[in-house]
Amino acid sequence: MADAPFQSIPVPDQDSAPFWEAAKRHELVFQRCSACGQDRFPPAPICWRCRSWDAEWVQSDGLGTVYSWVVVAHPIPPGIAPLVPYVVALVEIEPMVKLPTRLVHVRPDEVTADMEVEVVFEDIDGGMTLPLFRPRGAADTQRRQGQA
Amino acid sequence: VTESLRGKTAIVGVGATDYSKNSERSVLQLAVEASVAALADSGLEAGAIDGIVTYGVNDTVLPRAVGTALGIPELRLQSFLYGGGECCMASIGAAAAAIATGQANNVIVYRAMNGRSEHRLGGTDWEDEYRHAAGEEQFGYPFGWLAFAQRQAMAARRHMIKYGTTTEDLGHIAVTFRENARRNERALMRSEMTLQDHQESRLIADPLRLFDVCIENDGACAIVLTRADAAPSLRRRPVSVLGVAEGGGFRPGSGYEYFTADELADDYSGQISPRLYEEAGVGPQDIDVVSLYDCFSSAVISQLEGFGFCPRGEAGPFVREGRIKIGADIPVNTHGGMLSEAYLHGMNGLLEVVWQLRGEAGERQVEGAEVGLASGFALTTGCALVVGVE
Repeated sequence: MADAPFQSIPVPDQDSAPFWEAAKRHELVFQRCSACGQDRFPPAPICWRCRSWDAEWVQSDGLGTVYSWVVVAHPIPPGIAPLVPYVVALVEIEPMVKLPTRLVHVRPDEVTADMEVEVVFEDIDGGMTLPLFRPRGAADTQRRQGQA
Repeated sequence: VTESLRGKTAIVGVGATDYSKNSERSVLQLAVEASVAALADSGLEAGAIDGIVTYGVNDTVLPRAVGTALGIPELRLQSFLYGGGECCMASIGAAAAAIATGQANNVIVYRAMNGRSEHRLGGTDWEDEYRHAAGEEQFGYPFGWLAFAQRQAMAARRHMIKYGTTTEDLGHIAVTFRENARRNERALMRSEMTLQDHQESRLIADPLRLFDVCIENDGACAIVLTRADAAPSLRRRPVSVLGVAEGGGFRPGSGYEYFTADELADDYSGQISPRLYEEAGVGPQDIDVVSLYDCFSSAVISQLEGFGFCPRGEAGPFVREGRIKIGADIPVNTHGGMLSEAYLHGMNGLLEVVWQLRGEAGERQVEGAEVGLASGFALTTGCALVVGVE
């Protein structure tokens, strides 16, 4: 059996814990300022716009678009080699809310700017879960291919 | 009215070690060698030095170690800025500000590291560091967004999306710098490179290829900065500090700003250049030679636009038309840059500008160069310096 690719484990802190806890429930959440309504990511203790300390966690519909992306071809660290080539993308789920993530269920040469994507969750070691993204409808395509 | 640094200080000496893949010397020795060379260049004695400034990422020796080694009686200024490219010209600015306000008279600024043989930055041997992603990296590393090339490639792609820049454009940058390095005996990479060689080099983090990525090496650079009124009596033609600026970014201090930037295609340089040029009393049309921070070739694209050497979004055609070559509109990285000369976190670029303004750049001399600019950055924040000769 081939070794699993190297996986870096996120270490939540007081600001980010609700994000990672939601991910474990396969929910994607982000912060919204309770005072001025500004959405923000990554998690922070204070609103960068109005400096209010009050924020709520909002559930995303899990839909977004590709803002930019990278196809990692050279494995760093070497243990990640089984995964290459893989696509790291910035996915915009709301204005001012761009998530670094990995795109799955897509060939690297199929990725385009503004591609419409949806969240999919991957459980990893350490009891953590990563929100990854795939092209919208990829699940349907897979199902059809599975039946063929 | 803000007090300006324009013309208050001058670079009166520069020095460097050889650049190599394995110096076989301590970082302290590298720092001292470069400092001694810069002192000899200036004609100042070590005893005249009363300030030492450096920057680094836990890969250098501290100023007091260099001061002790050199027998400096007392350091009135010792400052260590934490960071790489984003601190390079800012370190000159810190020294210039100290001199301008009378806190020091003669300051050495150095950058020294065994960056290949001992301490690779974000290297392939960082598996332990990458294993647990805390703080600002918890949203990067776990998704396989680990190395600097992968980060910068995200901005490079964004520029391609927004403005139509191509990988061939990046190739023209790499090839131009290599041509310059072939005229520079200090450069580590001097073999011929064609555009085809660039296009056939292996992908590292698409859109960046191997020849879009800077060198890793050992070495040190140093400069001596002094009061403008004391500079003319020294050995070399003084290179006056006209302006320095640092800044950029969005949500300063968040540590996450690279992926919260409003527009990843446009970097720090567009944010700092208005006040840089205002302080220096010059504009981009007055700059004769420039060292742009080229940790990756794509970084040159966004800085050409941000510093006003070409209109926003037009750096691709600008480099394609050869307008950054020696003898063309704005010669960029005449030493070969960090892509082909060496990676000293921007300080080697400043040394080249000084040699150019003193008319000592040999085969790669830009005729009549009187005003130069050197820059550095990391992710979204950076710094730049404008210098000139009478």
